[in-house]
Amino acid sequence: MFEFVMPPAVIMIVGALLVALARPMLRPLIALLTPLVTLYAIWQIPDGIQLSAMFLGYEVQVVEGSALRRLFATVFAIMAFGGVLFAFRQSKWWELSAAMIYAAGAIGVSFAGDLIVMFLFWELMALFSTVVVWCGGTEGAKRAGIRYAIIHLLGGIILKIGIEGLIVHTGSPEIRALALNNFDTWMIFIGVLINAAAPPISAWLADAYPESSPMGGVFLSAFTTKTAILSLILLFPGQPLLIWIGLWMIFYGIIFALLENDMRRILSYSIVNQVGFMVVAIGIGTELALNGAAAHAFTHIIYKALLFMSAGAVLYQTGIRKCSELGGLFRTMPLTTICGIIGALSISAFPLTSGFISKSMISSAAGGEQLMLVWYLLVAASAGVFLHAGIKFPWFVFFQKDSGLRPPEAPWNMRAAMVLFAVGCIALGVFPGLLYGLLPFAVEYVPYTADHVVTQLQLLLFAGLAFFVLLPLMKRTDTVSLDFDWIYRVGLPGVLRAIEKLLVRGRRALIAAAVPAGKQLKTWFTETPYMLFSSRSPMGQTAIWMAVLLAFVIVLAII
Amino acid sequence: MTLIEWMPFSVLIPLIAAPVCALLPGRVLPWTLTFVSVLASAVICALVLPMAVGEGPLSYAFGNWPPPVGIEYRVDAVNALLALLISAIATIILPWARVSVNDEVPDRQGPFYALFLLAMSGLMGITLTGDVFNVFVFLEISSLSTYALIAHGKNRAALLASFRYLIMGTLGATFYLIGVGFLYIQTGTLNMVDLAERLPALADDRAIRTAFGFIIVGMGLKLALFPLHRWLPGAYSNAPSMVTVFLAATATKVAVYVLLRLVFSVFGVEFALAMPFEEIFFTLGAVGIFFASLSAIKQTSLKRMLAYSSVSQIGYIALAISLISTAGLSAGLVHIFNHALMKGALFMCVGAIVYRIGSDRFADLGGLAKQMPLTMLAFVLAGLSMIGVPLTAGFISKWALISAAIEAGNGYAVGIVLIGSLMAVIYIWRVVEIAYLQPAPDNADMSRRREVGLSMLIPLWILIAANFYFGIDTRLTLDIATRGAEVLMGMTP
Repeated sequence: MFEFVMPPAVIMIVGALLVALARPMLRPLIALLTPLVTLYAIWQIPDGIQLSAMFLGYEVQVVEGSALRRLFATVFAIMAFGGVLFAFRQSKWWELSAAMIYAAGAIGVSFAGDLIVMFLFWELMALFSTVVVWCGGTEGAKRAGIRYAIIHLLGGIILKIGIEGLIVHTGSPEIRALALNNFDTWMIFIGVLINAAAPPISAWLADAYPESSPMGGVFLSAFTTKTAILSLILLFPGQPLLIWIGLWMIFYGIIFALLENDMRRILSYSIVNQVGFMVVAIGIGTELALNGAAAHAFTHIIYKALLFMSAGAVLYQTGIRKCSELGGLFRTMPLTTICGIIGALSISAFPLTSGFISKSMISSAAGGEQLMLVWYLLVAASAGVFLHAGIKFPWFVFFQKDSGLRPPEAPWNMRAAMVLFAVGCIALGVFPGLLYGLLPFAVEYVPYTADHVVTQLQLLLFAGLAFFVLLPLMKRTDTVSLDFDWIYRVGLPGVLRAIEKLLVRGRRALIAAAVPAGKQLKTWFTETPYMLFSSRSPMGQTAIWMAVLLAFVIVLAII
Repeated sequence: MTLIEWMPFSVLIPLIAAPVCALLPGRVLPWTLTFVSVLASAVICALVLPMAVGEGPLSYAFGNWPPPVGIEYRVDAVNALLALLISAIATIILPWARVSVNDEVPDRQGPFYALFLLAMSGLMGITLTGDVFNVFVFLEISSLSTYALIAHGKNRAALLASFRYLIMGTLGATFYLIGVGFLYIQTGTLNMVDLAERLPALADDRAIRTAFGFIIVGMGLKLALFPLHRWLPGAYSNAPSMVTVFLAATATKVAVYVLLRLVFSVFGVEFALAMPFEEIFFTLGAVGIFFASLSAIKQTSLKRMLAYSSVSQIGYIALAISLISTAGLSAGLVHIFNHALMKGALFMCVGAIVYRIGSDRFADLGGLAKQMPLTMLAFVLAGLSMIGVPLTAGFISKWALISAAIEAGNGYAVGIVLIGSLMAVIYIWRVVEIAYLQPAPDNADMSRRREVGLSMLIPLWILIAANFYFGIDTRLTLDIATRGAEVLMGMTP
């Protein structure tokens, strides 16, 4: 077994570099071929450790195959292909290259056999996803990119401390299921969860993704959170804490998506929401639940990318991001509309779409474990998903009022990518065996029982009804505020107003106190050491410091 | 002649070539002689290294006077690695430096290159010798020639910076000499191995303890340990670019080596543990990382910024040493090596920029990435290494350092290293933002803004490649450093 295995991630990186170096004519060809070659390579990797190397004095496992890892790598490669197809005529070459290396990082994490290799690819992803955000090219993208980079830098550092601690204390960098019983594993846990956009650090996602270019958003939607999901499955399966974290993410995503007006920000919050479902499933931790998490990650990547593509196509054609300014686009962008609706139905887990076959596994897993509260919350959340993503997004963007916009249909490559992924959503929904065959554990689960289908349809029907009944409340004004005004309109005005007032007052008081104090602190920190240690007449002071240090050492040494 | 007999020539070749070089006229001859002798020295070092690591210390007695009476050269894993580093860096710098030196030192290049050879042979001598007084002699050779080299800077401020370094450096060297004097009085020997045998019996002797104090403070100044670092920013920012690159990559590292050798091999680990060595190096290292990074963030010119960054990197090394463990020392040694690679590359970029646009002030750098794409890309990559991004040499250093700190159970050290990395992100990012995202300043002379030639780019990119190579293959760095750390901790002969 010493055949040389080419790590799929390396193929992707080489492809990305070739894109950067090739002539403009050849770039699309290389960019499109690379994910396909990578996909082929992914399927050549058998189970078990395939490639190891010496790094940092440890034998690290660069490539380790298993059904779960191949599943994630497969969808990442498919995603890279779809993304490139969507973007190659519109994106600058550096955006394509960065996005491909970003995808390579995700594939690398998928096959990483130990924590060191995982961390390397993890950081690669952080670095190049930041570049993808920056490719948005606006001032807003620049700032969002910096914030994004800071969060991921911190997350990376936390993860790194955890990994190093674990290695020092246990002597093994192996990826294995960990128990949350010491500082090291907690750090790894937190580090991974930051990438999964778990609370309280969920905001980076909806902050950064909508600032990317119309093409960049498609790539961003897929990789970072889903590699975190894979890592959680491998490292912390069945950790009960994850159930509650996941539920929090689900409802956080729904509420903020309902409040939001920017179409890609709605979709971003809905990523947090959907990742929440997967996190819950990992927390449940049974074979069915883990299968569900993996399957849902797979289908989610496809339909979320489809949604981001349709939003991206609209943005690319109109330049408008706010729902309140869009509407009535179905007249001139029929294909984008249909694809957007298919994506929306999939995310809502409509029968015969991909979301149905994966999400029902998760709720069944919760039901099977007698976690009734969790089950009820998941069902309620499914209705919420339909509200915010299933109806709200297509309704406000493509129908609603006639905004007077008559953009032409998206360019052919964008349409091709959308059709490809829309077909994917339907195919997986109609033939669930396609996906179930790839799952890590054997599947006995049957999604299309009369009971499932009827329940789900009823749920969707009522949620749909609720949406149109409450339509006046759903309409977003031109604001981007996320504050209390929405809940205020629904009810509880007195209490909330009081709380809001209190918060505002508290915030003002805090600002009034903190800003001058902070300024003074900052001046002190930046000026004092500068004056003390870096003045331009250094000789005398250096001599004094030498005397002081010498006296110090000698006194301590002799006493 | 056996390899052991060749070993001293890595010092002697540049030393002998220096006076010849001073007499050579023109520009081509001095440069060629310098390059050939430096290259010869590097080749010898590269041949000696595997033997020193594999077979333990190699010893060569000068003039056949057996040690401890005569002067001994003694090479083990620690100094073999360092000697290779010095000579290899010098070899890479020289092709790069030609055009830069022509620009900054147009006349009398013979003496200039002679001074460079002297400085280099001085550093090599310090590294290889097994005699504490001989260390002082070579220290003076390298320091005096360095003062003169710095004074060659184009600005008049170079003279002042050189003078200040002269005063402060002399203070440091004097402290060291006083310490050596105490040791000689109490033990009657100057040979390191001999000293190491006699010192344990005198561990409670006050004169010995005072000697320890003088030596670490004196060397603390030469290695720019905060707050004794004040000579460094002026010296680095005013010296000719070539000198800055060489000093930044090697000079302070050699001082760290002397400190390590004396504290661990001569005084011994037991003695160091009994002394306030740990506390002082930990405190000064930690405070140094923080304040020097802060100063780096505040600078408005590249060379000064990188100079302060060097001070903070010295802080990491001090922190690593203060852990007094094999892992800590090996992290320190690895960082000595890796920092030379990244700082060398960064200062080469700056040198290239100064060569083209004649300034390193941030205000003049706006949009430079458009006109000097390869240089600025190199800067970004070396900067990533500086920050410690995976697959760069800097990552290995930080990884080793954090592992050592966790192993020692020192959470503060972990925290400080991480804060330092974040601050490094800020000061590297500032440059990236200016060069990539800001427009060119209105008064920029666009005709001068061109990519530099291959003679500068090739050596620069060799160093960049090394930064990535040593980020992946750690056999040369981490393995030898671990071996060196074991030697220093007295675990293997």
